[in-house]
Amino acid sequence: METILFLAATEPDGALAPAAFEALGAARSLAAALGGGLTVGLQGPSVQTAADRIAGCGATRFLGVAGPDFGSPRYASDAAAAEALVRASQATLVVAPGTSRLSRCLPGVAQRIGGQADTHVTALGARESRPFVNRWYYRQRMEAVVQRTQRPWVILVDPGSQPPWDGPPGGAAAVEVLDVTLPEAARKTSVVGVRAPAADAQTIRPDADLLFVAGAGWTKKQGDGQAHVAEAEQIILEFLKRSRASLGSSKSLVDLGGEGQTVLSFLSHLNQIGQTGATPRHPKGLSTCCHGEEPHTVGWRFISERRAISLDPNCGWARGKADVLYVADAFAVMREVNRLLAAIT
Amino acid sequence: MSTAYHVVVCASLVPDPLQTLEPVAGPAGPALKNEAMLPFVLDPWAAHALYEAASLARNRPGTKVWLVSLGPKPKLQQVMMTVAQKVPFEFVPLDGSASGFAEASAVAAALAEGIQGIPGLDRSKLLVFGGWESASRGAGVTMSMVGERLGIIDQFQGVDELKIQDDGTFEVVERLEGGQHQVSRCAGPPALFGWATGHLPEPKNNPQIGMINMRTLMPALQKAKAIHLADAGLSFDTVVLPRQLRETRVVKDRSAEEIAREIVDWISK
Repeated sequence: METILFLAATEPDGALAPAAFEALGAARSLAAALGGGLTVGLQGPSVQTAADRIAGCGATRFLGVAGPDFGSPRYASDAAAAEALVRASQATLVVAPGTSRLSRCLPGVAQRIGGQADTHVTALGARESRPFVNRWYYRQRMEAVVQRTQRPWVILVDPGSQPPWDGPPGGAAAVEVLDVTLPEAARKTSVVGVRAPAADAQTIRPDADLLFVAGAGWTKKQGDGQAHVAEAEQIILEFLKRSRASLGSSKSLVDLGGEGQTVLSFLSHLNQIGQTGATPRHPKGLSTCCHGEEPHTVGWRFISERRAISLDPNCGWARGKADVLYVADAFAVMREVNRLLAAIT
Repeated sequence: MSTAYHVVVCASLVPDPLQTLEPVAGPAGPALKNEAMLPFVLDPWAAHALYEAASLARNRPGTKVWLVSLGPKPKLQQVMMTVAQKVPFEFVPLDGSASGFAEASAVAAALAEGIQGIPGLDRSKLLVFGGWESASRGAGVTMSMVGERLGIIDQFQGVDELKIQDDGTFEVVERLEGGQHQVSRCAGPPALFGWATGHLPEPKNNPQIGMINMRTLMPALQKAKAIHLADAGLSFDTVVLPRQLRETRVVKDRSAEEIAREIVDWISK
């Protein structure tokens, strides 16, 4: 019989992030499929608010590690808290959201407790009373269904891949708070802050309905023999402002910036989509001025509806990678799109 | 006086991103079709880690850089022909599988053992670098486990910037969700850094650096320890390519206005 621990870190206000509710939903489904017990383990500055919110999730036990030492996302303290929770729960399966915070520490915790870890899990379930997970290999180029015999098995669920648990609050949860004392060596690192782009300069919007990807073509010479980078910037920024889309870029465009060439000033490596960039999840994606070759389009694995604008009718997008390819000048099309959006908004 | 560090970079080998990859069932589990024939490159994020290590060494006299890499000997040799021309390092090759389907914990064990076997490595100066994820397994698990095996509890993942302050402390900038970065201050080594992209461009090939590296690289390759990676209870039910092809509707000979209207309708749905 498997014992399942749903493990999450609380936010600074003591609540749970959306990704945690998704992992909780997955943990509950797995517990139901395996007929195993579900324990909740929470760590953070405080855990009672979060525990109360999910008190009705069906867990038989609530464990917590709380206090100022566990407020900041720091490997040493996060790993110590998670280790204590896993050990106290005697879990054989640990299901957690694949946030940056837990992705940093849980693989190390798996090593510490003699277990194994799988990250970027996009589906999980049970077959003949044995759990399995789906995850992708070679940067989303092939999908595998994986089983393990070694326990504990730490499973980090990719945010956005699972429906969230949305049950009602169940009242006050009785949280068993574990006493975890950090050694001095675990305080060698301190988190001093978060750098976030100014609100009007924030072009990465994980919750956006649309991913807009700018390819290197925006910076190339146009029909008149000149590059129009300033105009490209203006068109793209206006589109982002009006559509509230998230901005991605192909690797080549980001790399041009690293080589000191004139490129779109608001792009950084954080915008990069593909083989060496992100694989975001959005319902729709619009690619512009990009060839749609494999290293780039692997980053589109989790974009449901795909459209592209390219001057090349034989580009990669035309070969079954997009639902619609518009063979057209992206400058002209996007100028017109902005005009239409301006009329609507 | 600036502090000198011992920087160990862990870097795997991955198929050239431009290659078409297809999974096949091998005797020991899944593998890539014609894997032995595929051209390989140094894993991209780990390569950034190597460039950052070299930059650190340039600015910190006395700093040494080792590159620990696990892969089949012929592939290691092929990849090093290029990588060795980029930056100076001492090579610690481990002769074994570079497959993305290999068990991360087994790879971590091999890398940690390789690091522990480096003569003269000073833990009080130790910085372990690597990519935060590989382009093969893409899990972000291996480096964390290497750190645990080495007893390093100051670990950072998705690192885009490492600044060493005058007092010897580090300022580390790590990626968070939504384009944000977390800034941490670490008192000093030992520490582990899983690099994202950083800010350095790929160094140009320098044949002189290549010649210096080659003096130690080839003898090291000849003596590379053979590694067998245990599966640790990992099994694969299936490994399949996703449904690649969509029914692409190619829209030609339409005005920008017509296309724009269709796109706006689609966005607004």
